[in-house]
Amino acid sequence: MSRLTDERVKTAQEIIGRFPRKKSALIPLLHLAQEQDGYVAQDAMVHIAELLDLAPAEVYGTASFYEMFKFHPVGKYCINVCTNISCQLVGAWNLLHHAEEHLGIKSGGTTDDGLFSIEDVECIAACTEAPALQVNYRYRYKVTPEAFDAMITDLQNGKLTGEVPPHGTLATVRQETTTAWSNRGSEAQAQVDAR
Amino acid sequence: MSVPTGPRIITSRFDVADGHTYAGYVRTGGYASLRKALSSMTPQQVHDEVKAAEIQGRGGAGFPAGTKWGFLPADVHPRYLVINGDESEPGTYKDRMLMELDPHQLIEGIVIACYALNAAQAFLYVRGEMALAQERLAQALNEAYANNMVGKNICGSNFSVDVTLTWGAGAYIVGEETALIESLEGERGMPRLKPPFFPAVKGLYMQPTIVNNVETLANVPYIVGKGGSEFKSLGAPTSTGMRMFAVSGHVNKPGVFEVPNGVTTFRMLFEAPEYCGGVRNGGKVKAFIPGGASAMWFFPEHLDMALDKPTVDKAGSMLGSGAIVVMDDTTDMVAACWRIVRFFARESCGKCTPCREGTTWLERVLKRMLDGHGRPEDIDLLFEVSESISPGIAWPPRQTTICPLGPSAVSPIASAVRRFRHEFEHYIEHGRPINGVESPFHANAVSHA
Repeated sequence: MSRLTDERVKTAQEIIGRFPRKKSALIPLLHLAQEQDGYVAQDAMVHIAELLDLAPAEVYGTASFYEMFKFHPVGKYCINVCTNISCQLVGAWNLLHHAEEHLGIKSGGTTDDGLFSIEDVECIAACTEAPALQVNYRYRYKVTPEAFDAMITDLQNGKLTGEVPPHGTLATVRQETTTAWSNRGSEAQAQVDAR
Repeated sequence: MSVPTGPRIITSRFDVADGHTYAGYVRTGGYASLRKALSSMTPQQVHDEVKAAEIQGRGGAGFPAGTKWGFLPADVHPRYLVINGDESEPGTYKDRMLMELDPHQLIEGIVIACYALNAAQAFLYVRGEMALAQERLAQALNEAYANNMVGKNICGSNFSVDVTLTWGAGAYIVGEETALIESLEGERGMPRLKPPFFPAVKGLYMQPTIVNNVETLANVPYIVGKGGSEFKSLGAPTSTGMRMFAVSGHVNKPGVFEVPNGVTTFRMLFEAPEYCGGVRNGGKVKAFIPGGASAMWFFPEHLDMALDKPTVDKAGSMLGSGAIVVMDDTTDMVAACWRIVRFFARESCGKCTPCREGTTWLERVLKRMLDGHGRPEDIDLLFEVSESISPGIAWPPRQTTICPLGPSAVSPIASAVRRFRHEFEHYIEHGRPINGVESPFHANAVSHA
């Protein structure tokens, strides 16, 4: 869809400023693009390449390695059902099949209204609370089919808007520190010499 | 059943409502160790305490952190500390809690470690999927900077360090330290060859780099505050301190526990009322995974073994990242084996052929058994492919690959097929699990009983 907005470019510059080398900011910047559009748009990748002095192919080359980046629009709410071993042992597949039936889509699909996507994902580090899922990377523990249906209704009615931001938004608080990294190497050496 | 007890070191603020805030952290004694280190200890003295604690890295390999710190070449700068918060090993669930519930404790550990290492820059790499952890750490870092616990001239000393929060985007392999460094440099997360790329020598930006796990560093404030020998005295001489274990699967009360390291046994964790309170439905343990999906499985005869690194290593498995998964006697071992192998097949980065091809083949062969299309030669085929990934199918696994991911996929096969061969043969012959075993794919069914 689009290049990064001026406000996001400002955030991007702050992120870039925290690393000794620009390219280290690539993954955080791709998240910024996904936060803006709900997925990583091609124009956004071209824009990121300009910001980091890279070729667009280098940006896509890195981006395509990582599961979380989507290159086509997905649901406003991405529901990731863990089916890994701890969850499988206590009914994850039943939960996934229930989710698929309830929403009328298969894992990997998106509902026609663009509201929901489902994915069968790997371990999300909630193993003692299995079966577990994430909606836009917010956890739901020990999910029963009934709890799943109630969650869908709440999401449809906007009852969870505060708790679950649209797909692409991860942390709602950002690091604020700005650091001039350019001379940090010599400064570090000076610190050691001073001891 | 009486169980060994010890203080809650790194989980002490899990029940404190505002334990994740600066105010809550300081009120409960936080940042005292950092002040102590900066005001009354030299970097070498801090390093010596960590060495004396003999704390084994909590990320999986269990390498002593104090020894690792000693690998940094003298006088090469800049040098970096990288914190591995990319917790993704199936069954592992502790670093996320430490980051969400006590982020300042981790930050304090990071700053102290940087002081000991003479590092002026640290990078805190958090798993992409952990939105709340990223949020809590960003908040905590902002507070720590505002209160001069991170940044320039910390607490009025001549020591300065910057901590940069960054995060991934969904790739298990990035938990491997050289892959994490690649990812931190904005690359695809593919591991580097060691040698020459040992991080302590040629790490981030080809500079000396120490990569430590979240739980390891979270212990540092305690070690500096109370002394390394005090920490060491809490566990067994061969596995020191307290340690977090996540126990999931078929137990009555799955949970994450901080227990005296090296002396608590698997049976205590599974059966004691203060821990998991027994196997569900009064059942029996059929098998359990002692240290994450990469580990060889254990069986009922291992229940009374202590969670002690050398003991578990010698028995042919590992404590890994402290992820214990319990399977009761209704578990479909073919399905369990397949699910873990599928994980490795999906997460292989594709760099080394034995892993990229081998894990995929193993997954497909197991899947066709589950689907009722298994062939009589399939069990031999599983071992043949496993042999190509990890010759000898032994423990510790031999590698034909750059990193241990490929050989890890062999562990569930070696464990499940050797012990429960009849279940695999039954699938091949009848296309379904043996009697009394529950397929995870059909609702509420004890299949074909």
